[in-house]
This record gives sequence, C-alpha cells and structure tokens, in this order.
Amino acid sequence: MLQVSVTTFAAWIIPLFLLTGLVCAYQKKVAVFDTFVDGAKEGFPTFVRLIPFLVAMLVAIGVLRASGALELLLGLLMPLLTVFNIPPEIVPLALMRPLSGSGSLALTTEILQTSGPDSLIGRIASTMQGSTDTTLFVLTLYFGSVGIRQTRHVLPVGLFADLAGFIAAVIVCKLVFA
Amino acid sequence: MINTVWFVLMFTGLVVSALTGRAEEITGAVFASAEKAVAVGISLLSIMTFWFGMMKVVEESGLLDRMFRLLRPLARFLFPRLPDEHPVTRSILMNMSANVLGMGSAATPFGLKAMQELQELNKDKETASDEMCTFLLVNTSSVTLVPMTVVALRAASGSLNPAEIIGTTIIATCCSTIVAIVLDRVFRPFSR
Repeated sequence: MLQVSVTTFAAWIIPLFLLTGLVCAYQKKVAVFDTFVDGAKEGFPTFVRLIPFLVAMLVAIGVLRASGALELLLGLLMPLLTVFNIPPEIVPLALMRPLSGSGSLALTTEILQTSGPDSLIGRIASTMQGSTDTTLFVLTLYFGSVGIRQTRHVLPVGLFADLAGFIAAVIVCKLVFA
Repeated sequence: MINTVWFVLMFTGLVVSALTGRAEEITGAVFASAEKAVAVGISLLSIMTFWFGMMKVVEESGLLDRMFRLLRPLARFLFPRLPDEHPVTRSILMNMSANVLGMGSAATPFGLKAMQELQELNKDKETASDEMCTFLLVNTSSVTLVPMTVVALRAASGSLNPAEIIGTTIIATCCSTIVAIVLDRVFRPFSR
C-alpha cells in the first residue's frame, strides 16, 4: 500500500508539474516556446561548469577505491554501521553531502554507476542527494552576505537535521523499495 | 574546506596504493574515472537543457505566486514576530516557493534579499537573529517537489524508473525539516 502510493505519486509528479506550468504560462499569454528556448540555453554552460567538478571528484574516488583504502575505512566503521543497519557504501556520500554540492553530486554519480541506479544502495543515495541542500555552503553564503559572525545554534542543528534526513532516507527506502 | 577534502581523498588513495603495491591499477583508475565523469556529464546535458527551458516557462507562468499564497500560513507559524505585510515576509516566501519548485537560481537572490531585510530588523549586527536562524535552517533542509538533477542522473545511469525516488525524497526531506524546526525552537533560548 505504502509502496504503491509512494511510487505512483513519484511517477505522476513530473508530468503533472510540466502540465501545470505549461497551462498556467499559456493562460498568462507567455510565449511558451520562445521562453523555453531562452531558458534551455543555460543547459550547455552548466554542463561546461559541471565537468571539472565531476572529473576531479570521480578521479579522487576512483583512486581511493582502486587503492583499497575505501574498503579499509569502511571495514573500520563496519561494527557501528551494522548496529544501525546502514549500508557502508552510503557513508562517504553522507559525509560529503553537507560540505559540497558538486562533490556529493559526483559521489552520487559514482554510486549509481557502481551499484546501479535501481539497486537499494542507488535508491538510498538518490534520496539522500535530493533531500537536503549543501548546509555548509548555504550558511557561509547567507550569513557571509550580511556580515553575521555569531551564528549561534544554526550549524550544529543544521548538521543534525541532515543526519536525521539521511537516517530517514535509509529507513524509508528500505520500507518502500523492499 | 573542499580543498582539504579533495587533497585527503587523493593523498590517501595514492599512499595506500603505494603500500599495497597497486600502482598499475591507480593509473587505470584515473583514466577510467575521468572518462566516466565526462560520459555522465554528457548524458546529463540533455535533461538539464530541457529542464532549464521548462523552469524558465514555470518562472513566467505565475506558479510562484500561487505557491506563495499556499505557503503563507507556514510563514506565519515559523516567523510569528514578522508582520505579514513587511517586505521581508515576501522575500522569505518567494525564496521558499522557488526552493519548493526546484528553481535554485531564482531562490538564491530572494534568499539574500531576505537576509538583508532581516539584518535591518536585527539589533546586534554581528549575531544572527532568531528569524535568521529559523530561515536558514528551513532553507538548508529545504523541501523540493521535483529533485530534477537526481532524476536526470538516474536516467543517465540507465535507471528503468528514474523518478521513483521522488516520493522517498519528499518523505526524507520532511523528516529533516521537522527535526530542524523543532531543534531550532529548543536551542534558541540557550544560544543567545
């Protein structure tokens, strides 16, 4: 029941979103095609910007994996992970997600390529990547823009909320995709 | 920060490979990973181009204003001390609406404007106000209706159903947002 409703919702949301957007825009007499083409121009520059980040991170992870260091580290963490029933492949992503948006995007890419996008690991990684923003980046940008130095409880609470989101991602994916 | 992370990743990999005698595998891994990165980038390009076009249409469509009205009660709950008609409430709501609709590039300017306006209301200019804390905590654990980058990435990796993670993503994001809001209220008096 839960599985069916969550995945049905997921399947419909993109088409519905596209339909709503197009109909609203057309009603407002927006030149839909011209506007679309204008926005789509941003695709290629974004691709050009993204490539260096992807190459840098994927090579670093590739080197780490080929050297055997990743297995070594995960072996050390294993007892802790089994207690909470967390798949070890997810750990590097969970650590990277709050620090760097492009870095975690690259890690998600790596996991999807290695474990497959439709594996449980791939689904958990996708959920984690999509469910939170890059906490450290957002805080630095927003507080920095107005010169706030004393950020009070925001960083620890933000990171803890990320952790809660990650654990929720693991649990929900196991329930829905079991 | 990211510089240190990247250096540690590369350094650890290279040193451990020297210790385990896997020098040849490393060279192979460098080339293979770089190639993989570009291949994924290219398959992302198609969907990004489509999505950016679509987001531009959505931006012009007035959906943002409808989302704005939908989220107004939430703003009253989160920021009870901000007057309804104050420009800052509008900036905050526009930022949240743009985030929900996945328009990251539109969300950031509204968010920065909201911070400036909150700073004008702030008494101590070097310390974050309660409203700033709440706003940023909601923002970083933000809810996105369509996490398109991830969906695109899954499609690029050959997923049979790239959009299937949208439901789980929304549930996970709600959990982290609720935790953020509750802890914000709990720790607020202690961090003044």
